[in-house]
Amino acid sequence: MTSKFGATQIGLVQFPGSNCDADCIDAFKRLFQIDLQLIWHEETSLPSRLQGLILPGGFSYGDYLRSGALASISPIMQAVKGFVGKGGSVIGICNGFQVLTESKLLPGALLKNDSRKFICEYAHLSVAGGDSVYHRKLKGSLYKVPIAHGEGRYYVDSEGLKKLGANGQILFQYAGTDGVLSEASNPNGAISHIAGIVSENGRVLGMMPHPERASSELLGSADGQKILEAFLETVG
Amino acid sequence: MNYEVIVELKPEVLDTQGRAIKEALTRLGHHDLKSIKVTKRFVLEIDGTEVDAEKLVRKLAEEHLANSVAETFQTKRL
Repeated sequence: MTSKFGATQIGLVQFPGSNCDADCIDAFKRLFQIDLQLIWHEETSLPSRLQGLILPGGFSYGDYLRSGALASISPIMQAVKGFVGKGGSVIGICNGFQVLTESKLLPGALLKNDSRKFICEYAHLSVAGGDSVYHRKLKGSLYKVPIAHGEGRYYVDSEGLKKLGANGQILFQYAGTDGVLSEASNPNGAISHIAGIVSENGRVLGMMPHPERASSELLGSADGQKILEAFLETVG
Repeated sequence: MNYEVIVELKPEVLDTQGRAIKEALTRLGHHDLKSIKVTKRFVLEIDGTEVDAEKLVRKLAEEHLANSVAETFQTKRL
């Protein structure tokens, strides 16, 4: 199998405590024939031809201070901010989303789940209104993707929430298997059921669910493939 | 010089730990207990002049020790 994305230069930042890096390496290799370029957090620059970047899940720095807080001031993050500033594409998954909010590359914060439990289960994601590449590629379907987090309750104040809605920055919302948003379908108490948001330019995506873990029917769902494909479509 | 920084969730943000502890203690029969708020306390030891130290404490609290999206902080010289 060949992939039109095979020559795409994608990097993955490894922080001490990242633990979903191997899942991403496997998914990108198997689905798209892309060998991810691994970047240690102590590096101060990104590979020059890099087109897209992944911040993986895990427990960077043991979640000390707040999830993602210490990773957000890692040496590599200045280069990541520069990459984003030039319109680079980044996907932050789970802890990667927390790193993006702590770095102020995305608005809001991820707080302890309202149930106070670590949740590891499938979520069903509906796609909200918006005009980013992600919205256009993914709209109209429901995506079955696992979540695994203790601090995934997305929070932003009411003004920030209005802005996200007005800008079309809300991408994924936790829904029921019928696609309807109800209290029962919101696993962690996230405001407006938010599971994933994009930046104003649509190039930076942060999401709590793990698309790389939904990359094979054999493992329960392959719906993550379309999400990872959409990420590759954003890469310029 | 030593300084203390207390960080707490904004009142409108659900404090899940505080709620869990309060509920558990209420189960023990402490019904006069109305609520518990969990905060974080940081103690910072800082060199330099008092003016600079206070500025630094504020900067560190604002930019790193608290997340202004969901938390507030107070600083105090010990």
